[in-house]
Amino acid sequence: MKFGIVVFPGSNCDRDVAMVTRDVLGQPTRMIWHEDTDLSDIDVVVIPGGFSYGDYLRCGAIARFSPVMQATVTHAQAGKPVLGICNGFQVLTEVGLLPGALVRNRGLHFICDRVPLKIERTDRPWTQGYPRSEVITLPIAHGEGCYYADAETLQALADHNQILFRYCHPDGTVADTANPNGSLANIAGICNRQGNVLGLMPHPERAADPVLGSTDGLALFKGLLGLNFP
Amino acid sequence: MGVIQSKINAAKAEPACRIEACAVQSMCMANPSSPPFTPDEIASEGLKPGEYEEIVQRLGRHPNRAELGMFGVMWSEHCCYKNSRPLLKQFPTQGERILVGPGENAGVVDLGDGLRLAFKIESHNHPSAVEPFQGAATGVGGILRDIFTMGARPIALLNSLRFGSLSDARTRRLCQGVVAGISHYGNCVGVPTVGGEVYFDPAYTGNPLVNVMALGLMETSEIVKSGAAGIGNPVLYVGSTTGRDGMGGASFASAELDADSEVEDRPAVQVGDPFLEKSLIEACLEAFKTGAVVAAQDMGAAGITCSTAEMAAKGGVGIDLDLDLIPVRERGMVPYEYLLSESQERMLFVAQKGREAELIEIFHRWGLQAVVAGTVIAEPIVRIRFQGEVAAEIPATALADNTPIYERELLPDPPAYAQAAWNWRSDSLPPCTAEGIEQGGKQTSWTQVLRSLLQVPTLASKQWIYRQYDHQVQNNTVLFPGGADAAVVRLRPVDPPLPLDQATRGVAATVDCNARYVYLDPYEGAKATVAEAARNLSCVGAEPIAVTDNLNFGSPEKPIGYWQLAHACRGLAEACAALHTPVTGGNVSLYNETMSAANTLQPIYPTPVVGMVGLIPDLQFVCGQGWRQVGDLVYLLGAPTDTSDAQAVTLGGSEYLATCYGLVAGRPPQVDLSQEQQVQSTCRHGIRQGWVQSAHDCAEGGIAVALAEACISGQQGAEITLKPNLAQRWDELLFGEGGGRILVSVSPSAQAEWETYLQGYLPQQWQQIGQVIAEDGGLQVITANNLGLIKARIEEITQDWSEAISTQLDSATA
Repeated sequence: MKFGIVVFPGSNCDRDVAMVTRDVLGQPTRMIWHEDTDLSDIDVVVIPGGFSYGDYLRCGAIARFSPVMQATVTHAQAGKPVLGICNGFQVLTEVGLLPGALVRNRGLHFICDRVPLKIERTDRPWTQGYPRSEVITLPIAHGEGCYYADAETLQALADHNQILFRYCHPDGTVADTANPNGSLANIAGICNRQGNVLGLMPHPERAADPVLGSTDGLALFKGLLGLNFP
Repeated sequence: MGVIQSKINAAKAEPACRIEACAVQSMCMANPSSPPFTPDEIASEGLKPGEYEEIVQRLGRHPNRAELGMFGVMWSEHCCYKNSRPLLKQFPTQGERILVGPGENAGVVDLGDGLRLAFKIESHNHPSAVEPFQGAATGVGGILRDIFTMGARPIALLNSLRFGSLSDARTRRLCQGVVAGISHYGNCVGVPTVGGEVYFDPAYTGNPLVNVMALGLMETSEIVKSGAAGIGNPVLYVGSTTGRDGMGGASFASAELDADSEVEDRPAVQVGDPFLEKSLIEACLEAFKTGAVVAAQDMGAAGITCSTAEMAAKGGVGIDLDLDLIPVRERGMVPYEYLLSESQERMLFVAQKGREAELIEIFHRWGLQAVVAGTVIAEPIVRIRFQGEVAAEIPATALADNTPIYERELLPDPPAYAQAAWNWRSDSLPPCTAEGIEQGGKQTSWTQVLRSLLQVPTLASKQWIYRQYDHQVQNNTVLFPGGADAAVVRLRPVDPPLPLDQATRGVAATVDCNARYVYLDPYEGAKATVAEAARNLSCVGAEPIAVTDNLNFGSPEKPIGYWQLAHACRGLAEACAALHTPVTGGNVSLYNETMSAANTLQPIYPTPVVGMVGLIPDLQFVCGQGWRQVGDLVYLLGAPTDTSDAQAVTLGGSEYLATCYGLVAGRPPQVDLSQEQQVQSTCRHGIRQGWVQSAHDCAEGGIAVALAEACISGQQGAEITLKPNLAQRWDELLFGEGGGRILVSVSPSAQAEWETYLQGYLPQQWQQIGQVIAEDGGLQVITANNLGLIKARIEEITQDWSEAISTQLDSATA
């Protein structure tokens, strides 16, 4: 399984993802400069966290116009996996691969913390490595991670089982008091209808190495290995 | 009219004729008695009349406007240490791990296995007082440039902050702004903010302190130095454009703040762009690896002036620079403005002749400016050209090396305030019993005293602050803020990458200063600061290695200010030598004074912040501060509870006195540096053997607060028995500070080995004082003859401690 990690000017979690795919999982990994357009050797495209192009104007708003994103859209349309983490999630909504938008956190502050997440479905490639209904803890680090979409879109997300991760209490209860940023329906991560594109605000790559205290994010990457994508 | 305003107006008014004045040197020489500037103009550059005379002497003529400005910034305390240099000389700077000591952009130490760490601390106090968000943000940007200029990739940030009382609306605004600024810059640039310290005290109301420390791991085979070399080599300007922002920030940083500073000095504050800096880090490191860069210097204080002068002076050569080639962000700037601009994210390189195109391509790929703007010349001068004329021409050393030095006279006796404070005795406090003490006419239990101490913002949880900092980016943060006495970051080079299974070493870092101690006794307080920093590193299992210091003081021109500075430097030097932690550089921030309402200049507490780094040889053996396991045994290392040494453990300068009685009095604890070393090495040994499960130093609030913090952090209780000394008061037993104490918990299976070791290596300096119990048992402290002193529920003290800061900052909108 070959991973390609997009590097925009301003990306700052690109090497962290590579540490997991290349060093922890031993998978071939290539860094993709934002001006590249040839993704033919890549199985999984990862849009990492950071502040692409400084996140000027609006998070991800400039990144969506980059050459590599046009290629990423084509990659996704071919049914191949695309993973957007944090800023990558914001970019995926801007480019239209995922519905909705990420807006300023409810408390208006940047939040860096570890939060419990309920895994809503384990029948997607991204979550099949987890036991059913498991509660995991992943790091978050964002200022604009409040998921927003209109009522119709939210309904469609629910109808098509696209919500994969929700903020919850440690016992799995999904409640507003367990919502760090005000995301509608406590949404932390969603996929597209086909299931091959995932965007999430938490950082699974920061919880994939026992030395750093948690490996709850590792199964997300591991679950992809050995899958056959078109 | 404010200082900065007048400078800009003067520059606008009359640039051209001043440039001419330079070319006509003989005329100036012919009439040396009539300077072309009024005394006010000279003073507005931060220069004293005597200094102006010295400038004329060094140049052999009068300076022109641009040159006067260059001297103004380069002869500021911030750039040339004219008051502190004689004192800084006594710092130990050598050691077997020291690769680069003071004088370069940052210090570099050898951490073994080819790992080399660059680190440095710097202040951005005055800018943050005026515009907290940008002031703090650019403080982060500036210190990061010092690190990657050396060829090191920044891997961690820490900060040391001081504010007034949170009950003051302006202080809340400053605090919120500073935190937001650090968060904005550090998060975007992708360097984790892993630790720090924050104190709240009215002494800092008008003059907050923002000190930022950065650590970086060397990525280039050679350490990149700043001395220009190679006559004829091109001088490259890279990074961002130059504008009028931050004019004369260095001189501004070296003057007192007054009531109008907030409005009038705002142009002296720079505006940062962390996105640009992130690109600059990548581009610079890539450029250094080509081997085509001869020398590099970031443009911090005094921008182009400082970088050209320092690079030329260090290399013993000259630099000829053409301002017309500098990329600008606004039109119509005059040389004075180019030279004094502190626009951010800019660097100066000396490149190998013929390889400049290669370097320029790298910067352009990252969307950055890069131009050849000058040449290295043999004549040791800085020559600045503008529109075909020479705009300034100064011997490089006159700006960078051969600068004024003031040896000031030291007060022979401690000033009256200190002598009065030293007369304080603990028997002047109300009598107390095992139940408690009378406070404000009310009987107060020790449990209540403990709870009120835990709610003091200086002691309370700083989660509201560090939650806004990305402390995990780069995937190397081993211990998170709030969970341990120091930050621990894994050393894992990314380019070329070190395989994960070989990345087993870590660096620990801390910033510390109990400024109340330093105020009461600068010498002992400074020693205690170094000792505490080393103790904090030892508590996570790290061997202290080296220091970077940030001397934040009031005016050295006043006898008391100089007395504080001189004695604090002596204390720092002595402690750093004794603990084998040489000083590799740092920063001096003087004139931290504000005009009070009564129209007197109010200095801050003398605050020599010590940033210390330590080595963790194996990341399997690190320690947090919270209890780990019910049944673990609790030990007190250092001065025993029944110590009779009233100078080592005392209420003098304590948080208890300040919080409960509003008293800043007494003599702070005296540090025994050899005892410190013994206690600390015992703690480290215990951690590395796997015996010690948690370690926490006893600092502000003494044993009682340390116990509470270990309970809160571990969410477990403790049953503790303290043995008092008959001459001791109960509050001295519970809340007395000092004694080099560390609280550790040890698994019962290791008890025999651990105690045997203690007997051999730390005789008389350890006690088993209790054990860890379940959370619902709470924190119980009793005396040896079973008198109850403290009984607190963990949930209750957790809430006291957790919410003290957030409730004040979230509920109140300033």
